[in-house]
Amino acid sequence: MTLPLPFPFDRQYMQLALASGLAVGLSAPLIGAFLVQKRLSLMGDGVGHMAFAGVAAGLLAGVSPVGSALVVAVLGAMTLEWLRLRRKASGDLALAVFFYSGIAAGVVLTGLAGSLNASVLTYLFGSVLTVSPADALSICVLGAVILATVAVTWRALFSVVLDEEAARAAGLPVDALNLGLAALTAVTVVAAMRVVGVLLVAALMVLPVGAAQRIARSFAGVLRWAVAVGVVSVVAGLAAARIGGLAPGGTVVLVAAGLFAVAAAVEANRRRAAPT
Amino acid sequence: MSAGHPAGHPAGHPAGDPAGDPAGDPGVARSRTDVLRLEGVRFAYGRLPVLDGVSMHVGAGEFVALAGANGSGKSTLVRIALGLAPRQAGEVRLFGVPPDQLRDRWRVGYVPQRPAVGDHLPATVEEVVAAGRVARRGWLRRLTRDDTVHVEHALTVAGLAERRRTPVSELSGGQLQRAFIARALASEPDLLVLDEPVAGVDVESQARFRDALVTGCREDGLAVLLVSHELGAVADDLDRILLLRNGAIAFDGPPAELEGVSLGIHHHDLPLWLEGLG
Repeated sequence: MTLPLPFPFDRQYMQLALASGLAVGLSAPLIGAFLVQKRLSLMGDGVGHMAFAGVAAGLLAGVSPVGSALVVAVLGAMTLEWLRLRRKASGDLALAVFFYSGIAAGVVLTGLAGSLNASVLTYLFGSVLTVSPADALSICVLGAVILATVAVTWRALFSVVLDEEAARAAGLPVDALNLGLAALTAVTVVAAMRVVGVLLVAALMVLPVGAAQRIARSFAGVLRWAVAVGVVSVVAGLAAARIGGLAPGGTVVLVAAGLFAVAAAVEANRRRAAPT
Repeated sequence: MSAGHPAGHPAGHPAGDPAGDPAGDPGVARSRTDVLRLEGVRFAYGRLPVLDGVSMHVGAGEFVALAGANGSGKSTLVRIALGLAPRQAGEVRLFGVPPDQLRDRWRVGYVPQRPAVGDHLPATVEEVVAAGRVARRGWLRRLTRDDTVHVEHALTVAGLAERRRTPVSELSGGQLQRAFIARALASEPDLLVLDEPVAGVDVESQARFRDALVTGCREDGLAVLLVSHELGAVADDLDRILLLRNGAIAFDGPPAELEGVSLGIHHHDLPLWLEGLG
């Protein structure tokens, strides 16, 4: 079914891309807002590489690559967080270990599966213009899970981000919340995999938040602005990709980077204008 | 300075509460049911003993200071007392039960030493203080009008009501510390534990800090355990001082009794405001 939307979203494949993109544009910045405050901006990258290993495992086993990616990414992200919580490894070292192990496992497994070809590239770089209605539905369901979870837990997550020690003393389930955030990060990565690819997935978590932090004066404001920047990046990026015949994943991320630059300029101008 | 908890929202000592009902006029004998008790607590970093059989208590409504030289183990002791760090021996009772068995953890307000909040945090003072209500309300529940009232009260007590919409990145060090104290007060705790809360804080903030603590103790029955080198602002209001030295409590008594007591301690062991007594 094709909805009566104006150009460039007049075709069904563009409408499926738009629905998938909006689900990711809404949810990825929400998760990114907490990761950035925890100074784990690159966690999406590390989990993305684990998701790639999951895709490869799915291709090798002949099961749904998205399903296997979800399992591997969730388990990997929660292990990563568990190591950090138990102080078995510093955040960046643990991230590096998973980062490289994930991509290496992905390369080896795809080689074994004999599928180191274009189908793998759709997960590495995204292929939002080729998503099927079933893919789009899966991505929208994952996005809805993320939105609903953040809507219920954002105050508790904010308390943990603000001061983990005080939150623990007050009786908040800090470990469970941190592990839950890690699992949500993995869900976001898998949802965004087909939209921008695992190599660019962290960009949609971090760039909108970076832009929002330069504009907003409250955490609730950061969440609102980050979602707005994420949505605008997706819509404008997809439109530009169709009009200019560009790669959609990269174009979406470049629009987000451009909005970050605009926000930084607005902040710099505001600082200059402020009385000293 | 606002006094007491908001109308219709008493300080949080339900009937049968182990903390008792210590509220009342200053000078009137208050219940001294212990809200915190440690017996023979030992802790070492590797082979280096830090706490060597520490026993201490804090009664309901008491204002107690824990003093000692840098590196004497004050922060470690506090973290063990709250169940945030393991101990190698000894017993800890928080409201009569081991810390990990205390269900109503919101009854403990804790302001850690130098909270790890940089100037990057995009949050308003009000958002930081409201975070103190999350555990009290239940972390899956929405905050209500009742929570707003308590957040407002905590902001007023901390002298930050006018700055509620200000990003914490724009606060001075003293104002930021008061915001964290307000966050701890917002949960209506029965025990407030503050680890070096006035280090590097300006004089005005120290005075407001003192007013907030005294109001909490005298009017709301709040027990306070203050870990600090700089007790000057509250020295006259303390019920007891605990002096930690060589891994044990070397002195436990009212400030007036400390003078003239031979502790055999060195000048550098004493916090700034006690210098001269050694």
